[in-house]
Order: sequence, then C-alpha cells, then structure tokens
Amino acid sequence: MSTPQAPSTLGRPPWLLVAPGVVAAVLLVVPLVTLVLDTPWASFGSQLGRPEVREALAITAWASFVTVLACLLLGTPLAWLLARVEFPGRSLLRAAVAVPLVLPPVVAGVALVTALGRNGLIGRVLDDSFGLTIPFTTTGVVIAHTFVSMPFYVLSVEGALRASGERYDVVAATLGADRWTTFRRITLPLAMPGVLAGAVLAWARSLGEFGATITFAGNFPGTTQTMPSLIYQALQTDPEVARTLSMILLVVSIGILAALRNRWLTTP
Amino acid sequence: MSRRHVTAVAATLAMLLPTAACGTQDERATITVLAAASLTGSFTELADAFEAAHPGVRVRLAFNSSATLAQQAVDGAPADVLATADSATMRSAEAALADEPRLFASNTMVLVTPADNPADLTSFEGLDSAAVSYVTCVPTAPCGAAADALLTGSGIAAPPVSREIDVKAVLARVTEGEADAGIVYATDARAAGTAVTTLEIPGAATRLTTYPIATLEQSTHPDLAREFVELVTSATGQRTLRSAGFGPP
Repeated sequence: MSTPQAPSTLGRPPWLLVAPGVVAAVLLVVPLVTLVLDTPWASFGSQLGRPEVREALAITAWASFVTVLACLLLGTPLAWLLARVEFPGRSLLRAAVAVPLVLPPVVAGVALVTALGRNGLIGRVLDDSFGLTIPFTTTGVVIAHTFVSMPFYVLSVEGALRASGERYDVVAATLGADRWTTFRRITLPLAMPGVLAGAVLAWARSLGEFGATITFAGNFPGTTQTMPSLIYQALQTDPEVARTLSMILLVVSIGILAALRNRWLTTP
Repeated sequence: MSRRHVTAVAATLAMLLPTAACGTQDERATITVLAAASLTGSFTELADAFEAAHPGVRVRLAFNSSATLAQQAVDGAPADVLATADSATMRSAEAALADEPRLFASNTMVLVTPADNPADLTSFEGLDSAAVSYVTCVPTAPCGAAADALLTGSGIAAPPVSREIDVKAVLARVTEGEADAGIVYATDARAAGTAVTTLEIPGAATRLTTYPIATLEQSTHPDLAREFVELVTSATGQRTLRSAGFGPP
C-alpha cells in the first residue's frame, strides 16, 4: 500500500469532486446504518436458532462455496481461452459471456428453465435418459448461482491475463516450457490478483442471489430455500424478522469477507 | 465559478429530486388498486370498465401475493384500494384501511396438472407419493394456507417440492411442465384453459376462501376509490367475477 501524496503538491480536493462523492457515500452508507439500527437485536439469537434459518444459511454457504469452486475450475480455463487463444467467434463468445451481467436475474432464471428445466432443451434429455431433474434441487441452486456469478469471475481473470501480457509466456516457451507448464508456473501466478478478486466477486454475487434461484430452482426449506428467498418470504408477514434475517446474512458475509481480506487479499 | 460548473451542479441536484413529483400537475386522476394475484384477469377487465365509465381516470393495478400487498398497504404504499384473497391478510392491513372491508367473491382450491398429466394423477390423494412433484404457495399466502389445510385434511404427508410466492407462480410451474401438479384456485385453473387438467380436491367446498375489498387511509382520491369498490360489488362487477369462475361471497 502506498501512502497518499502530500496534499500541498496537488492542492485541495476540488469540491466538484468532493460534493458528489459525499452524496454517493451517504447513499451507500445510510441504509446500512438504518438497517443496523432497526434490527431487533434481542431476537437475533433466537432467529439464528430457528431450523429454517440454519438450513437457509447452510444452503447459501454451500451454494456460494461450490459456485466459487466451479468458477475456479471452469471459469479460469475459459478466461485463459478468451485471453490467449485465437479462435473464430472469440469476440462473440466474450460478449455472450458478459450477457448474464446485464440480465435481470429473473430473466436468467427463465433462461435456465428453457435450457435445463424438465421440458428444456437439455433438461428433457437428462430427464428422459437418466431420470435427472434439476429444478427444485440444491444442484439447481448451485447452477443458477454459477450462471449469474461466473461472468464476474471470467471477466476479472481475463482482464488480469490481458494486463499481465504474453511476454512472460513467450519467454517461458523459448526456455522450453510447454503451454500447460507455462500456464501453471507463469500465467496463473501473474493473474493471481485477478483470480482472487474474481472469486470474491463471484462469491458475493452468489450470497445475494435471489431472482434466478427462486425462478429456476424454486423455494423449499432444506433443499432450495436460500437466505435471500427466506428473507423475501419473511417480508410478507413480519418485516422485523426479515430485518433480523438480513442482518444475519450481512454479519456472516462481512465476517467471511474480513477473514478473506486478512488472510489472502492483503498479501500480494 | 464558471457557468459550466453551475450547470453540472444543477444537473446533479436535479437528479436527487424525487421523480415522483412528476404528474402531480396531471389532469388525469390515477387510482392504484392492490389486488391478490388470483384477481389478475377479472380486475383487469373491471379496471377497463371503470376507465370507460370515468373518462380521464386511470386505474393502475398491482397484483401480488395478498400478504405482500397487505404489508405494502401498512407501509404506506401510494394506493387507494386493497383486495386480498382472505380475511386474515386483510386484517393484517387493518391500520391502513379507511373503511370496513366488504366481501365480494369466493374461490375454491383445485389441483391442476400439465395438460398431458405426466404423473398420471387421477385423484388428490395421488400426491402422497415421492414420485410426484407438486408445488403450492408459501404458507403465509392465503393460497398456501388453504392448500396446507386441505393436504392435512386428506392425510397427505409428502411435502411439495417448492413453495411459490403467489398463486400465479404455482400455475406457471405447472403450465411450463416443471412440476407434476400444483394447488391453485379454481379461477386460475379456468384462466389457464387447456394448458392444464383440473382435478377436484375433496373437502375444498368446505374451505372456501372469501375475498374482502376496502379503501385505504392513504388514498388521494377517496371518492374514486369508493366508486371502484362499488363497481366490484355491483351486479356488473359480480357478473365479471362469476364468469371468471369466482363464487358469490
């Protein structure tokens, strides 16, 4: 971490930047503060003890963990292909990969139904040939999360791969390394900041995922009900419970994020 | 400070102003009706009739789960009329009601399957099998509460595969063929037409749900809101509801 420049050399920050910046900060911070203030903290423990809440937390944690794993194992090679290999339709594929970023999550869910639903293009084959149905299962939750989270990961890693450039790869090749060794020993270590940032982004996206999950995988305690689905359902009857549940999700996410930051993200 | 800077700041400030301010000068009066998802078809028709009878008045409809709408009404949502699928959800909105709720329709629950009935269901009791995937509303919604009571009444222990937020979502799962069956209102089954096959639920007639309607405290057009309630409870309104499959209140 570099320390900021001495203010005297650059002058005072212009208020044209400071004022909108403050407005943005207020907009982002105030709702979080009021959520904390409005949470009935007395019931925090008893809510956390409810089996429904524990199940939803477990599903959310599991789904986000598998999502990150899927991003690492599948997304890294895709990012590498997009950054390093010339093939026809590459720019088209890159654009397609980015589409889920702008897709409303509910639409992502509808799209998944058309592909993997029981009457979907692939889902029908899975059902007829193997008796596999994906909607209404925890696997469906993981697939929905991976679908919406992967673009964040792939774009982050691809950006890192492009930024580090091909020069070191070329040097490694001239020294006799094959492409797999180069990827493992040179390319991937150089792209590590992008890999970590992408993994955290994908994980965060998965934790908060709601629309695609409820549309594609459904909502049932113990199998497909994630924390956001449970919060939405609680909002129908008891906003106080919904606030407590939101706070539980917030505390858990910030806790894990802080732990990750301390362990990995600060070390280059 | 340069003129351009002033413009930039003004533009920033303008963005912060609530956009809701637009339309207050509008001559056209708009009333907003919050209605249970099962009323989608019939209330759309009634809103058109209301607009035809009141030139210059627009009826905005918001359909959702009754529980969600009741909650929104209590939270001060800018709306004029609330119509829910049972009295329990209407009572939960008591603080926001301007007058006594009036009952205007009733509905029964039925079991629907996709048109080709992939699980070959022939009766409601057929749901009690691990091989059959069925969906219901969340227990907090009237359709979910009614479904749970009927399932318990028939001694069905197999749980649904999913709890949907409102009855239209349940119907969609069935018409898309994602679930083998769903518990919906008779009116939804009728609205779906040939896309579904309908099966009776034993005891459903003894568990009618009745729909109340009321005007809201926060209404900015209380007269129009009352007139809309009048229309729904009038002979014309009742005819529309009856043809959609609703029973008398």
